[in-house]
Amino acid sequence: MSYRSPLARARGLGSAREGAGHWWAQRLTAVALVPLCLWFVIGLLEVIGEGYEAAADWISLTENAALLVLFVVAAFHHAQLGLQVVIEDYVHHEGLKIAGIIIVKFAAILLGFSAIFAVLSISFGG
Amino acid sequence: MTTRDRPLSPHLQIYRWQWTMLLSIVHRLTGVALSVGTLLLVWWLVAVAAGPETYAAVQGFISHWFGRLVLFGFTWALFYHLANGIRHLFWDAGRGYALATGYASAWVVVLASLALTGLAWLAGYGII
Repeated sequence: MSYRSPLARARGLGSAREGAGHWWAQRLTAVALVPLCLWFVIGLLEVIGEGYEAAADWISLTENAALLVLFVVAAFHHAQLGLQVVIEDYVHHEGLKIAGIIIVKFAAILLGFSAIFAVLSISFGG
Repeated sequence: MTTRDRPLSPHLQIYRWQWTMLLSIVHRLTGVALSVGTLLLVWWLVAVAAGPETYAAVQGFISHWFGRLVLFGFTWALFYHLANGIRHLFWDAGRGYALATGYASAWVVVLASLALTGLAWLAGYGII
């Protein structure tokens, strides 16, 4: 039983005003990453020792390129959510904490977009 | 901050050490390691996009013993985080909280991560 009124519960998104959004996104990306990771490892094992042509051919296949983009999006979203929690737990200086979170989010976007552009240029340009 | 000098709630050193704690800490460590390891994924993809000359550097790295060692660690960290992540998803669904189940699932995670790492590397070397 809850002592909060229905209105308070509806409004109550906690001190960060995002409710369970972070938690839920972490779980959704985790569920997506289970099959995507297994697919990626199996695919990578086929081409990793086989040189440039094999890698380029594998990535340029439409279904592989599409799944790679999904994998990259899910992986970087999941990673930056997780790193944010680690920073929030261990960095107690407010300025450093905010700076750390900003760096993590920017780095995830920069690296994620670099990876996606690489996949698309291999797939469309090759 | 007014809370600065207040005592913290009971922290790590208060609790009796048990090895399921190690799994929890390693889950976090592997998560951070895998995040750093995404640099390798991006490097690989960007190098393929850039062409054979750039890709030669990636190939040099993965054929060097140190590169292999890093990749081996990366493989294990991935399978560990994956297996223990599934264990976490069961907890999120409200299952597997009994003490005996928690210890049993810890063993499953450790053994599965080692077995999958072994399988992946045997397959990578073309042995199976």
